[in-house]
Amino acid sequence: MSRKRVVSCTINGSEQQFLCEPRQTLLSALRDTLDMTGTKEGCSNGNCGACTVVLDGRPVVSCLVLAVECDGSRVETIEGVAEPEKLAPVQNAFLENAALQCGICTPGFIMQTQALLKDNPNPTEEEIRFFLAGNLCRCTGYDKIVKAVQQTAETAGSCKPGCCGGH
Amino acid sequence: MHDFEYECPRTLADAVAILAKGDSRPLAGGTDLIDHMRTGRFRPALVVDVKKIPELGLLESNDKGLRIGAAVSCFRLQSSATVRDQYSAIADAVSIIGSVQVQSRASMGGNLCTSGPAADSAPALLALSAQCVIAGPKGNRTVPLEQFFTGPGKNVLQAGEILVEITCPAPAPKSGSNYRRFIPRNEMDIAVVGVGVSVTLDASGQTITAARIGLGAVGPTPILATEAAKKLIGKPATDENYKAAGEAARAQTSPIDDMRGTVEFRRHVTGVLVERSLREAVARARGESKYHSHVRIPCC
Repeated sequence: MSRKRVVSCTINGSEQQFLCEPRQTLLSALRDTLDMTGTKEGCSNGNCGACTVVLDGRPVVSCLVLAVECDGSRVETIEGVAEPEKLAPVQNAFLENAALQCGICTPGFIMQTQALLKDNPNPTEEEIRFFLAGNLCRCTGYDKIVKAVQQTAETAGSCKPGCCGGH
Repeated sequence: MHDFEYECPRTLADAVAILAKGDSRPLAGGTDLIDHMRTGRFRPALVVDVKKIPELGLLESNDKGLRIGAAVSCFRLQSSATVRDQYSAIADAVSIIGSVQVQSRASMGGNLCTSGPAADSAPALLALSAQCVIAGPKGNRTVPLEQFFTGPGKNVLQAGEILVEITCPAPAPKSGSNYRRFIPRNEMDIAVVGVGVSVTLDASGQTITAARIGLGAVGPTPILATEAAKKLIGKPATDENYKAAGEAARAQTSPIDDMRGTVEFRRHVTGVLVERSLREAVARARGESKYHSHVRIPCC
């Protein structure tokens, strides 16, 4: 058996150290080692997006990342989205629009939505659908998810003045 | 997943020395490798993370051309204004490989080294005259991309060798390129047929002076369709000539029947996509069109 490695990284703003085997994915380290089970396992091959987390500022599928690769990285997961006792606007928008049923895909959709709105605060419907194309939902039919994303964007306000040509 | 060791060398020399020991696989974005290890298709004893090697993370351009480190992510390529404006077939290809999440990690070098016949980056890079810079125990060598692939999942890399960078010569003035594919969905699918083209026009913008056409998913490897390109060189940029090139491209394919398409369908679609891709590349060469992203590039 390969020796375990020490990984030091920042998860949701706090410094963490954990031991993992080289073969462990980031998804497995989060869920099985760190007990952070908010990130869900769907297909395990990068198609469904249920395990989406933000790694060094970019959304990734954590089933296709080795935990050892994350040494020195910043990881953001669904556990870091809400404030204590208060949901984030994107989470409220998902609830208000009934954008979830079974909920397995939801943490991935929330993380991907956050990543979208960070760079593109006022996305068009087409941009939302393309950005979320790597997240699969078998319950909602997507329209309610798109509406929730649009509502999140509307509540959050728009870009800085002069940005995107006033889009 | 099977048990393996992990190394993360900081220099190219160290990586070559480690890979030369054998039974290892380089890891860049991992979007193919990690899945292939999970399913048991690959069972290397050692995984060598190459993302900390400076040469493999390089992305730069000058008047000679473009240099793309083999581990540079699709997202970084899409974010480059030079790639979008001057090497737009690359931007077309890397913005439709997998999902946004996959594009955050997947590298074009990895896409080439996996060597799938349907790899989206291959036809685009064939059209742009890409060269592969390879390092190994016996030193460096450069291989034109059209000689890189040897079969489905196979390429010229020998044991201990690693793809370091991909280079493309700077396009001449009045040049344009495009990559497009046919898939039955809007996103997140594997090309049934993929076509990359590049063209250069004369000063009047009416006559094609140089052209290259790359084809994907219609043979055991990506194909450089030289005969099809010959139908265009020295000819006016007209629909009639695009059609002739598309017809010649069909003759250069050797597709298979599978769940995604029949031989007949793939041949037909090859010609259609060659025509459409030429029309777009010519429009880009004339400055009438440019790369369009479905996902807005970060602005704030």
